[in-house]
Amino acid sequence: MLVLEDVNVYYGAIHALKGISLEVNQGEIVTLIGSNGAGKSTSLKTISGLLRPKDGKVMFKGADLASIAPQTIVAQGISQVPEGRRVFANMTVIENLELGAYLRKDKSGIKEDMKRVYELFPRLLERKNQLSGTLSGGEQQMLAMGRALMSKPQLLLLDEPSMGLAPILVKQIFSIIKEINASGTTILLVEQNAHMALSIANRAYVLETGKIVLSGDAKQLAASEEVRKAYLGG
Amino acid sequence: MGNVTEQVLQQIVNGLSLGSIYALVALGYTMVYGIIKLINFAHGDVMMVGAYAGWFATTTLHLSFIPALLIAMVVSAILGVLIERIAYKPLRNATRIASLITAIGVSFFLEYGGMLVVSPQMRTYPPVFPDTIWNVGGIIIKYGDIVMILTSIILMILLHVIVKYSKIGKAMRAVSFDNEAALLMGINVNNTISATFAIGSALAAAAGVLMGVYFNTINPLMGIIPGLKAFVAAVLGGIGIIPGAMVGGFFLGLTESFVSGLGASTWRDAVAFLILILVLIIKPSGLFGKNIREKV
Ligand SMILES: Nc1ncnc2c1ncn2[C@@H]1O[C@H](COP(=O)(O)OP(=O)(O)OP(=O)(O)O)[C@@H](O)[C@H]1O
Ligand SMILES: [Mg+2]
Repeated sequence: MLVLEDVNVYYGAIHALKGISLEVNQGEIVTLIGSNGAGKSTSLKTISGLLRPKDGKVMFKGADLASIAPQTIVAQGISQVPEGRRVFANMTVIENLELGAYLRKDKSGIKEDMKRVYELFPRLLERKNQLSGTLSGGEQQMLAMGRALMSKPQLLLLDEPSMGLAPILVKQIFSIIKEINASGTTILLVEQNAHMALSIANRAYVLETGKIVLSGDAKQLAASEEVRKAYLGG
Repeated sequence: MGNVTEQVLQQIVNGLSLGSIYALVALGYTMVYGIIKLINFAHGDVMMVGAYAGWFATTTLHLSFIPALLIAMVVSAILGVLIERIAYKPLRNATRIASLITAIGVSFFLEYGGMLVVSPQMRTYPPVFPDTIWNVGGIIIKYGDIVMILTSIILMILLHVIVKYSKIGKAMRAVSFDNEAALLMGINVNNTISATFAIGSALAAAAGVLMGVYFNTINPLMGIIPGLKAFVAAVLGGIGIIPGAMVGGFFLGLTESFVSGLGASTWRDAVAFLILILVLIIKPSGLFGKNIREKV
């Protein structure tokens, strides 16, 4: 479904992604793990069209995304929950969800999906008229995820959804990610919490300073010596 | 005693009329600043072009007030969009000072280009309204006062509805809050910025026509002073905050007319700036400015 082939991305002189290749197949949960500054967010921003690769290919359902505007990438079915949630704090929960459906015109479909988001995150329903800047960190994460689902994505990119959340909430968020996947949305999950990410993913890639150093079946990686040492605390 | 009350009410009427012009122009400053963090110094000149479009519509085309107003708004909206696309968009990732200097350049271009096209001479607006004057218990209310205040209030309500409820309004708020997150929603940021310029410029044009109608004469440099004052109004209210621009505009208008009413009209600009300085010392982000809660 999504294929990155030898992608190089620069920030000025900084070579952030050094020839990355990865693949996400329809229906999978794939996780991209790595420590601070490895290039995880850079990868997702490149897929969403916020950054442009200097060379290499980003293909989605067979089409090249390299020269396509971010809004067209959303329209083609890729939606991102960015790092740090980035909810529109000056707007209500409902308004945030409506913005998630910005490109859609099917009013009844939007309504249905909003209902579905409220089913996944009942908290959001209770707070639908609240300014999202006043939500707790966990609630903002739920809102960011709900907002991304409102575009009805085929591929959902999640950038560190567990960041700054209490363990119990992390568990809840991850079980919801599984639920979203089970209902047909393919997922590319970026995490520093390798343990949780590997526990729900089918496959995984390990990123280190801009390069993929390991990849494979999530269970096998979780068991492997290298990953245990570097990312799972022994 | 009654005389004092009369005086006060009279200055309120004058101040609201003047303030509605400042408010309309200030809105454009603040909206543009909110979305691309640029002080569009050419904004007062966009108002001037609107005033000329309205003048043309009422003289050459013999149109009445409302169609002339609408034509002026459309002309300035197009001009605003063109200015953004041609002059500011290429500099969107440049330093702020580069954009600022460009804005000043655009301002000169419109002022002196305007002189070239329409000549520097003053033009007189035809009397579009009856020069009815009501004397309500000693307070003089001109027909123009009513039109001025009503027009600006209607436009502000319209703006509020657009920003709060329409799709483009929500996109405008999203882009001004977090441009990158807006892109991830599928919002076309370029079009949203264009729409902001269009709306802001249309409001300025309305102010220009109202000025022409109220003060009768227009000229290619007429945008400079009201433009500066409206900028002050926008900063006073809290730049980037829409209600702030409205309140700032009326506040400034009222201040000026009260200072003039006290017989100190030569001091009115000084007082306006003094108030600005005081407000900024006490509340640097302006009357309506919040301590900006940055993206969490
Ligand atoms: N806007 C930028 N300008 C310059 N360098 C940047 C920019 N954004 C990221 N980088 C650099 O690119 C590299 C990869 O950053 P990236 O944000 O992708 O890391 P990450 O894996 O998401 O890290 P984290 O887990 O901390 O979020 C880092 O070395 C970072 O310093
Ligand atoms: Mg990151």
